[in-house]
Amino acid sequence: MSPAKGASAASSEQAELAALVHDRSIVICSGSGGVGKTTTAAVLAMEAAAAGRRAVVVTIDPAKRLADALGLDGIGNAPKQIDGPWSGELWAVMLDTKSTFDDLVTQYSADPEQAERILANRFYKNISGALSGTQEYMAMEKLYALHADEAFDLVVVDTPPSRNALDFLEAPRRLTRFLDHRLYRVLMAPTRGVMKAVNVAAQAFVRSVSKVVGGEVFDDAVAFFQAFDGMEAGFKERAELVLDLLTSPVTAFVLVASPSRDTVDEARFFADKLAEADIPVSALIVNRMHPRFTDALPESLRARSDTLDGTDIGGLYRNLADFALVAAREEEHLAGLAEQVAPSPVIRVPFLRSDVHDLDGLRLVGDHLFGRS
Amino acid sequence: MGKTTVSATLARAAAHQGLSTLIVEVEGKSGLSAMYGEPAFSYDEVTLAAADPDAGFGGVRARTLTPDDALLDYLENAGMSRISRRLVASGALDMVATAVPGIRDILVLGKVRSIEQARSADLVVLDAPAAGHAISFLQSASGLADAVRLGPINSQAKDVLAMLDDPERCQVLLVTLPEETPVNELVDTAYQLEDRVGVSLGPVVVNGCYPELPGLDADPAAAAAEADTSLRRGEAAALAAAAEFRRDRMALQAEQLTRLNDALPLPQLRLPYLFDAELGPNQLDELAAALLAGIEDLPAPHVEVEP
Repeated sequence: MSPAKGASAASSEQAELAALVHDRSIVICSGSGGVGKTTTAAVLAMEAAAAGRRAVVVTIDPAKRLADALGLDGIGNAPKQIDGPWSGELWAVMLDTKSTFDDLVTQYSADPEQAERILANRFYKNISGALSGTQEYMAMEKLYALHADEAFDLVVVDTPPSRNALDFLEAPRRLTRFLDHRLYRVLMAPTRGVMKAVNVAAQAFVRSVSKVVGGEVFDDAVAFFQAFDGMEAGFKERAELVLDLLTSPVTAFVLVASPSRDTVDEARFFADKLAEADIPVSALIVNRMHPRFTDALPESLRARSDTLDGTDIGGLYRNLADFALVAAREEEHLAGLAEQVAPSPVIRVPFLRSDVHDLDGLRLVGDHLFGRS
Repeated sequence: MGKTTVSATLARAAAHQGLSTLIVEVEGKSGLSAMYGEPAFSYDEVTLAAADPDAGFGGVRARTLTPDDALLDYLENAGMSRISRRLVASGALDMVATAVPGIRDILVLGKVRSIEQARSADLVVLDAPAAGHAISFLQSASGLADAVRLGPINSQAKDVLAMLDDPERCQVLLVTLPEETPVNELVDTAYQLEDRVGVSLGPVVVNGCYPELPGLDADPAAAAAEADTSLRRGEAAALAAAAEFRRDRMALQAEQLTRLNDALPLPQLRLPYLFDAELGPNQLDELAAALLAGIEDLPAPHVEVEP
């Protein structure tokens, strides 16, 4: 394949990717950071809009240029419509973890006073921004709410870049696990009046935690748990619903990777984990592929360049050998991953000349993804 | 961005200058152990490259650090070993870490500081968290010194602050690629670190710069004729297309390097893109040589490389 040809007629793999965007109601893009996940998510949503669907893309901390491209500047947690030459609708949301969490608290509290007590608590302010997995959980929460919203046919989610790409699958359960924690129960026991005297071991335990973190922090935590009392059930139920939705057939997982060894390793790990949860990878998108200029072996090109060392043609051979080596290595890295996600389609997107700055840039990526020239 | 590669390169470069070097990774599996063909690192140090005093090679060791281990160590040193195991085993660390953001980070940084104080290595290279998390990681010390005003966490935070604020003891090397988004992120991170952490910034390391090659502008057929050789069928087009691609990429890289230079008044150390197979000790030596050459060329103020 010559790079000059670029995108041509759609391959069957590209058609399969298009079918996902046309038919599913949720597409989740996952993969490690820096592989073009956010851009890919935006392009998939745009493609659905072009097919007449009402699509919304949930992005998390997009690079500023992309936010500008989508006209996302200055908008918050509510969907904003993006105008463009499509028959459907394209909407975008920039996830705001804290206000999503606030909404959830308001929704599940028994009365406005309880909500207010929680929202004002210092411990809550810390966990709503920093509980490990909160961002993932809130992304999923947002997804659930948008999916339930009849204004949208398709929700495309760009998952947060996390070390453990599976965090978002586990996130809904993490918060409820947190609320089930022994320390929580120990703290709550006296106020519930089940037994006024907490047992001695538990008291010692509480004292030691308080000694390490300091008394004020500890008091804040106790106040938070007391304010939160009674809301666990609502949170747990919601977490289960989100998890059901993630594993249902209306949801497609699209793995986004680049052909470097690190990201391919992470993608393989991720595909493994999804398989363990009985979730298939619906498509694999590989961005930033180097072009393949020749079928000649890198070694023989390198040998040619060595015999012609110091000349222009020697340099030219050396360069061709370099890229032949890179292309071969990339295919080698991808082979195992492609096999792992088979029979799902694998779509390769070449290294692009520049980053995406506007809708035209997104359209160009779309041409490569869906095979239009 | 190749942060781990650069950590390994820096360690190797320092070792070649005779310094004994310890790489500390804090985010689990980083790929560094694979570069040396070793299994994943543990809390105990492993030797990646033995010191060779005759050759002036200081040696490279590595270890990993987790907040749980760091907490255990810390509590033991603070005379609280009895409760420490219970705290970790019961998952209370999770609760504590949730209550006080940054506590994991301060535990890890505190351990890094105690490694530094123990002087078991001339240079400690910390493969720190990536851009998004790097600022909160380094900011944890000042944040916690304010939030927790008493107790062991407070003193830990103060000790770490003293280390971060002292350019003789600690510098941050930011790593990027000569591409648009990574350069933007780096500039952002640099200013935020300066404003919010006050840690001293070393030169910027730009990883993956395409090395120069002769002949990229030449016409393949003419260049072949000049060298008295002939091309195979179809080869001229492939050579020309590959040369054009490289010229293009190099021009884009040069543009980004200039942009970085304009946006950030820090010297740049450039590492070549390695087309060769996977990174191993030989490739790291090649990168280390490039890094040392770059350091030689740095303008004043002179960077101390000797112990």
